[in-house]
Amino acid sequence: MDLDVMISYLPLYKDALLLTMRIGWQGAAIAVVIGLLGSAGIHFKIPIVRYMVYAYTQLFRNTPLLVQLFFIYFALPKIGILVSPEVCGTWGLGLLGGAYMTETFRSGLDSIPKIQSESAESLGMSRSQVFRYVILPQAVSSSVPGLVANIIFLLKETSVFSTISLMDLMFTAKDLIGMYAKTIECLVLLVIFYLIMLLPVSVLGDLLERRLRHAEFGD
Amino acid sequence: MQSLGIDVLFKGTNFLRLLSGLWVAVRISLISVSISILVGLIVGVLMTSENRILKAVFRIYLEIVRIMPQMVLLFIVYFGTTRVFGWNLDAEIAAIFVFSFWGIAEMGDLVRGALISISKIQYESAMALGMNGKQVYYYVILPQTIRRLIPLSINLITRMIKTTSLVMMIGIVEVLKVAQQIIEANRRSSPNAAFGIFAVVFLLYFLICWPISRLSVSLEKRWS
Repeated sequence: MDLDVMISYLPLYKDALLLTMRIGWQGAAIAVVIGLLGSAGIHFKIPIVRYMVYAYTQLFRNTPLLVQLFFIYFALPKIGILVSPEVCGTWGLGLLGGAYMTETFRSGLDSIPKIQSESAESLGMSRSQVFRYVILPQAVSSSVPGLVANIIFLLKETSVFSTISLMDLMFTAKDLIGMYAKTIECLVLLVIFYLIMLLPVSVLGDLLERRLRHAEFGD
Repeated sequence: MQSLGIDVLFKGTNFLRLLSGLWVAVRISLISVSISILVGLIVGVLMTSENRILKAVFRIYLEIVRIMPQMVLLFIVYFGTTRVFGWNLDAEIAAIFVFSFWGIAEMGDLVRGALISISKIQYESAMALGMNGKQVYYYVILPQTIRRLIPLSINLITRMIKTTSLVMMIGIVEVLKVAQQIIEANRRSSPNAAFGIFAVVFLLYFLICWPISRLSVSLEKRWS
């Protein structure tokens, strides 16, 4: 392994990491927003909306991100919807993640037994109070493990962005290998940079889960 | 308005070619998933062991799989081994190796979860009824574990099929690559073919994965 070569590659990898992280986290943020809206639509049984949410989650959970990105990036321009690679990556990831987040939040909301909301109502709480003080706090804590898993999943999925010519970590590694054939150095750097991106999330996620387990009702 | 490429699909053997591309992806995932389930069952039982070294090894293994994108693993195995060992690995073998490596960890973790979710009381009650260790496993633990595992393993199949779309990145000609070739070949006669062809690929993936995931959900509901 040639350390000097690796050091000379560092700035390129750093730029790629920043791009990958920016798109990854923006996508995850969009996913959380979509997930909240979608799960609310299903939980409150809003007519029509719940069927649309259902169709959307099934469609995006049962197709690979790569195919979704190809569709957005190469197919949509043919009917006049042109998007830049970055917008495509962000929204592709957001839409994929939104489908997963919707499921996670929905099962969080569903995990609270009906008897709790009935008891709360019999104590004289209004429906909005029941939701705010009884359902929501518990739903949030039971959704956290799923949320963390989804975020890690989404950040990992960013590795396909090179196919829509975004200069992410994969793209940089492949490009450098193609130009200078320093395969081992490039692959080692690739692993290190993915660790920098994902290890903190994994560790923090574990801590958060352990902390929130205390907040659960009973047991 | 120009055609959106559905006609291209029915030109010559284009549709058949797409399907055979899809079969490449499905074949790789079925082989990988079979290996994952078989080896994963053993790994999962080993994961419940109290041996410290074994525990540490599995922890590191699980964490690698959890953090590293499959694409990175694919690159390491496909390009890295060529460089370090001089192997000329077939791309499909490399893909099966990586997806099995990933799937075994996933399956092992599922098995471990299913095993520890059976409460200790059941082991003790069975013992109290006079069963020996083998009988407890055979009549009490295994039937429940398997019921819990079947829906989860089916779910793993759909995840595997979705993940195999990555193999085009190491040069395997699967459905996306075939789609690109078809679009490229018809660029002049129907410049908008990308829409129709990619929409069909999208739909094909959905038509394969959706029934499998529905099956998994309904089994889970029935058996829980």
